[in-house]
Amino acid sequence: MSIDNLSLLLPEIALLTLACATLMVDIFSNDPKHGPGYWLAQLTLLVTAVLVLVTYTGDSQYAMAGMFVSDAMSGLLKFAICIISLFALFYSREYLLRHDIIKGEYFVLGLFAVLGMLVMVSANNLLTVYLGLELLSLSLYAMVAIHRDSSSASEAAIKYFVLGAIASGMLLYGISILYGVTGSLELGAVAQVLEGQSDYPTLAIFGLVFVLIGVAFKLGAVPFHMWLPDVYQGAPTAVTLFIGSAPKLAAFAMAIRLLVDGLGPLLPDWQQMLMILAVLSMATGNLIAIAQTNIKRMLAYSTIAHIGFLLLGLVAGNAGGYAGAMFYVITYALMSMGGFAMIILLGRKGAEADQLDDFSGLAERSPWLAFLMLILMFSMAGIPPFLGFWAKWFVLREVIQAGFVWIALLAVAFAIVGAFYYLRVVKLMYFDEPREPDEPQCSTPLRTVLSVNGLSLLLLGLSPGLLMSLCMAAFSP
Amino acid sequence: MLTLSHFLILAAVLFCISIAGIFINRKNVLLLLMCIELMLLAVNINFVAFSHFLGDIHGQVFVFFILTVAAAESAIGLAILVVLFRNRDTINVEDLDSMKG
Repeated sequence: MSIDNLSLLLPEIALLTLACATLMVDIFSNDPKHGPGYWLAQLTLLVTAVLVLVTYTGDSQYAMAGMFVSDAMSGLLKFAICIISLFALFYSREYLLRHDIIKGEYFVLGLFAVLGMLVMVSANNLLTVYLGLELLSLSLYAMVAIHRDSSSASEAAIKYFVLGAIASGMLLYGISILYGVTGSLELGAVAQVLEGQSDYPTLAIFGLVFVLIGVAFKLGAVPFHMWLPDVYQGAPTAVTLFIGSAPKLAAFAMAIRLLVDGLGPLLPDWQQMLMILAVLSMATGNLIAIAQTNIKRMLAYSTIAHIGFLLLGLVAGNAGGYAGAMFYVITYALMSMGGFAMIILLGRKGAEADQLDDFSGLAERSPWLAFLMLILMFSMAGIPPFLGFWAKWFVLREVIQAGFVWIALLAVAFAIVGAFYYLRVVKLMYFDEPREPDEPQCSTPLRTVLSVNGLSLLLLGLSPGLLMSLCMAAFSP
Repeated sequence: MLTLSHFLILAAVLFCISIAGIFINRKNVLLLLMCIELMLLAVNINFVAFSHFLGDIHGQVFVFFILTVAAAESAIGLAILVVLFRNRDTINVEDLDSMKG
């Protein structure tokens, strides 16, 4: 029990140090556009991503007396989180500048949220899971409320805060029960104690239910999804984009750490519960999304549907299924980021382009942007050859191999229902008259980055093997 | 003689009161914050009781972390509440319904 292997924490230590430096630099700079703070924040993420690569070994190594683990899964997820957050901060700055609500704190909070995500991904102890989760959540609550004069943003913030706090409370209650049953907070030890008992106490199931509710709340699975549409719609689009991308990766990691690493022996129990959550999420998400006219709210319900698909991977209950879910969550983060970035791009000062009508006739106003949106929508709907298709295919293959054919059929049926509202956006763009004839105003960097984002879905979709093998490697023993 | 079950039942009752408070209360957002606080304290009782009866110190360490995080959480919650009140002139839960669908 000593502080050894501290070098494993190098990415987190660098991120924390540089995030504090960003805060100071931003306070002392007089730039009204918060340039120095922003660039330092981007540099921080880049440095962290590089350090993740440098410290990556591929096998499981423990630090801080077993509270912190670095393995293949944490390496890949941390790298993805850093890169995706880098994109998200770039989009955010464009939005904040355009709407004149830029604040240096936004970037600092973003960095602390990323730190929370990295801690969650590497957590090997119930305490570490909780602290990472809270660091992430508290930063996100503040980010949602960053537009202080917006009535809808403050309503979204209070809803997010209250429901997020309930989720944390539920999770903690479950953790306390598990601690009582197993006498340990370390995930590996918890699993060991549960493994040793042929019939584990009912109390363990009781704890599991609360932990699962906490995880489902954070992921936004039905019936614990109430916060998601309101937060997505009410928050400034930049924050919605941030919440909808990297934190989902962290929530996935939390689910894996808690359910697989910690509660693996209870697999038959949580498998059934997740199955119900997954089917409900896919049904509710896809059906309610059809009725939406606000595209941010539509994407929120689409998120719920995607979360259902992601949970299917966990339902499969084997390494392949977890790898499929990981592939899905990375794909989802890329797609949702692109979708919200398009809303940011089409918006103007004082007017967000968050209604479906704002997309009418986009092909006439700007063929290239319409094409990018088409890629994003097709990918979300799961049409080949885009990345979103492979994500669905990967998860479904594992689910069928695990023997849950009926659930795979349901998933396909709901995916087809879901295709309706994605294709409706494409129809609006290509076959309807534009409401305003002029080309959308946007800076060249924004257009370039969004193009990279959109085309990555096409290119990765044409050669899905690379990402797929990386995900498989993350879960191979 | 107080046994572990006494503490667990107390914690469970407090936890249920806090949940009921959140879902029954339709008036004031401040009460929601109080209920959240109560929820965390119920969990703390659980941790301390288990820690004492298991003879393991980790549970009590966890309690310190929960208390610290709860303090940060209330700070952010109250700050959001102030922002909300400035924009809406109300903290009535029933008035928080501008978004539907």
